[in-house]
Amino acid sequence: MNFIDNPRKLRGFERQIKVEKISRRSILKGLGVTGGFVLAAPVISRQALAYETGAGKMPHGVVVDPRVFVSVAPDGIVTIIGHRSEMGTGVRTSLPLIVAEEMEADWSRVKVQQAHGDEVKFGNQDTDGSRSTRHYLMPMRQIGASARTMLEQAAAKRWGVPATEVKAVNHEVVHSASGRKLGFGELAADAAKESVPSIEGLKLKNPKDFRYLGKGQVGIVDLHDITTGKALYGADVRLPGMKYAVIARPPVTGGKLVSFEPDAALKVPGVEKVMQVRGWPWPSKFQPLGGVAVIARNTGAAIKGRDALKLVWDDGPNGKYDSVAYRKELEEASRKPGLVLRNEGDADAALKGADKVIVGEYYIPHLAHVAMEPPVAVADVKGDKAEIWAPVQSPGGTREDVAKTLGIPVGNVTVNVTLLGGGFGRKSKCDFALEAALLSKELGAPVKVQWTREDDIHNGFLHTVSVERIEAGLDKSGKVVAWRHRSVAPSIASTFAAGTVHQAPFEVGMGLVDMPFEIANISCENPEAAAHTRIGWFRSVSNIPRAFAVQSMVGEIAQATGRDQKDMLLELIGSPRMVKPNVKDLWNYGEPYDSYPIDTARLRKVVELVAEKGEWGRKMPKGHGLGIAVHRSFVSYIANIVEVAVDDKGKLTVPRVDTAIDCGTYVNPERIASQMEGAVIMGLSLAKYGEITFKDGKVQQKNFDDFQVVRMDDSPVVTNVYIVPAGPDTPPSGVGEPGVPPFAPALINAIFAATGKRIRALPIGKQLEA
Amino acid sequence: MIKVKINGQEQSWDGDPDLPLLWFLRDEAGLTGTKYGCGQALCGSCTVIVDKQAVRACITSVNDVAGREVTTIEGLHPNGDHPVQKAWRQVNVPQCGFCQAGQIMQAAALLMENPKPSHDQIREAMSGNICRCGCYQRIENAVHLASTGV
Ligand code: FES
Ligand code: FES
Repeated sequence: MNFIDNPRKLRGFERQIKVEKISRRSILKGLGVTGGFVLAAPVISRQALAYETGAGKMPHGVVVDPRVFVSVAPDGIVTIIGHRSEMGTGVRTSLPLIVAEEMEADWSRVKVQQAHGDEVKFGNQDTDGSRSTRHYLMPMRQIGASARTMLEQAAAKRWGVPATEVKAVNHEVVHSASGRKLGFGELAADAAKESVPSIEGLKLKNPKDFRYLGKGQVGIVDLHDITTGKALYGADVRLPGMKYAVIARPPVTGGKLVSFEPDAALKVPGVEKVMQVRGWPWPSKFQPLGGVAVIARNTGAAIKGRDALKLVWDDGPNGKYDSVAYRKELEEASRKPGLVLRNEGDADAALKGADKVIVGEYYIPHLAHVAMEPPVAVADVKGDKAEIWAPVQSPGGTREDVAKTLGIPVGNVTVNVTLLGGGFGRKSKCDFALEAALLSKELGAPVKVQWTREDDIHNGFLHTVSVERIEAGLDKSGKVVAWRHRSVAPSIASTFAAGTVHQAPFEVGMGLVDMPFEIANISCENPEAAAHTRIGWFRSVSNIPRAFAVQSMVGEIAQATGRDQKDMLLELIGSPRMVKPNVKDLWNYGEPYDSYPIDTARLRKVVELVAEKGEWGRKMPKGHGLGIAVHRSFVSYIANIVEVAVDDKGKLTVPRVDTAIDCGTYVNPERIASQMEGAVIMGLSLAKYGEITFKDGKVQQKNFDDFQVVRMDDSPVVTNVYIVPAGPDTPPSGVGEPGVPPFAPALINAIFAATGKRIRALPIGKQLEA
Repeated sequence: MIKVKINGQEQSWDGDPDLPLLWFLRDEAGLTGTKYGCGQALCGSCTVIVDKQAVRACITSVNDVAGREVTTIEGLHPNGDHPVQKAWRQVNVPQCGFCQAGQIMQAAALLMENPKPSHDQIREAMSGNICRCGCYQRIENAVHLASTGV
């Protein structure tokens, strides 16, 4: 980790120093506990990791300081800060659990407290990119080990024995020679006076002695509250005097309000006010779209009031956006050469000289996140101070954006992070919190802005739409000798900068240029595509179309050469090796390549594991078929086998799914399984139903009736998950997102096996009925 | 003035009688355990029990439940130990948890009507409740567990 050559990290470092002088009290206050560890200068993480990660390169990097993350109360209750956002992955449990493990705290006497948005204090908080465990396993261990060491030192002093003779065990420190013991609570005040040990000198626990890590025996900390309705989501925040608002936004991206008539809305019982909301021109990152807000005494009245508004919009330059026409544009672009991003051998010549060329043109439409909790935020702005309560994945970024939007110092903004009712990337964009801040400022009262489901679908930051065209050239023996992949899709960068026509390195790095097959002639290209709506991150991002195309193509090659899908896949992956694509500045999920290479041995391993456990090749009844796919993303390796059944009428069901995952060292296998199960459902949703279309610039879907997701009656009957037991030295890798990409192609390959029909455009919709 | 009994407590409302029960519960009565997910009876997040039936609070007006008894997740069991709640914890059902109050209320209503549902009956009865996180396998198992004794 090196923060000297990284200006963003440096900025964080400077602020850290500044904060230090004033923050002792506020750290104490923030923890809500007295008598804990609160002292001296914070420590910044240094180079002490067993492996390097990209954590230090994230904005504000990593803070390793037990006094920021841990406090011990005199009654023995240990409070540990969870500084990432909980949206269903279990991170609010997993990271504190790591600290508790190393410090020998008894989990039943641990309380988890959610950090507010403050990256200077806590380090980077962007809960995205499947990064939390990957970046924080080691720092959290170091924090726990530091706290343990301080407790041990305090006990040793009290007893007048060398620190080497005492040991923390399950919430107490023990001197076994004399049989003396002191609880953590009894040691808290003294431990706080100890200096924080240097990271380099820390003794970490031997993984053999882990009580919690890797065991999966600990339920999530919010389990009881969730099952009793007490868990607090963004939508559940209530402040005295709070108003409720919904906003009518421009139906077309880049559109503007021309005029509005508020009278009918104001007659609705409970409606108090109708007001304009400031909008920013497109594109402007996460700034609000603007529109008209209806303020009421409850959300129901505000919605009814909004229905009664008369609104006139100017649709602007995207008023003609049409999904049918746009798809043709993308297809045509994919048939012509584009910007070459990876070039090995001579794909052009090899394709010309090939015995057989298989061409697949795959289409994946826009998708909406539809997290169960639609965007929502509460703001209370008073003078030049703002307090926000919101389900955001980026509390630090939200804080900065609120400050910028209101024109107040960052230090005057407090962002309280609630639970997130799902995120999937949508809540990485804080537009809804900015809207609440703007409205509260103008109203002079706290306000909750609630997005309806229709708003969520109409005005979101959609998953891109893409055509992926692959040409595979085979020689006489059936061996693949040439591979040309053209990916055409509007980029997420278009939401930040006008005129963007090429995909960003982080997008092409998701399954296009990092393609792992052992083929002599490879060309990966990116023809131009302009955006006509807001594009954003959607769980697993560009890996969805890429894995779909690449892994479908494997199925197509197997089909054309009469081979078994799994054998074909393993042949293409080729020998165990570290793939080094010939790509300038290969983007590797922000991670150093040496810690996280593209390792085909691991890729093969998950294929072999899923084939064995998932009984690849088992006999299928009529109308059933098996499909397989594998994909590396977020530096993890995941393979799926899907069994489908298709009846005479084309009705598709999924009797069984098997998933194998290699995510390196892991913390909570129980939550990994639940993420994999959920990824299957999300993969099935997008494969079966997922499609947002545009006509005259407007999204044509509105709610769960026309943007459908999988329900229980069409969910797989059984999903099995197998986790590769990686050694403790294998760096941890992503879990939240990488389960999604391989599912759809495995499903599509299974449908081919069952029916002989090859589906190249998602969603499946009615294609099997024809 | 409309009178409704919610979790055993008498509540009254003299505002818009057409106000959806969902918003009355959440914004007026402060019972935020019942969630908004679609507003159109499509997702089940807002499921409450009225008398003995599961209903979608987003399309039920306050007027519709006048003089009736509404049970929300907060009132399902005094300590949160309804067999369905216990089963949910045992199976570690939730991911983000946002849909779960609705799922639990739907499951509780199902078991009142059919104490021993088959797997097919569970899948059918629970299909009005969307879980975007995809906890269906565990929901199914938890309902089954609740019906066979936790
Ligand atoms: S909010 Fe009532 S069913 Fe979705
Ligand atoms: S647990 Fe997140 S929607 Fe069901």
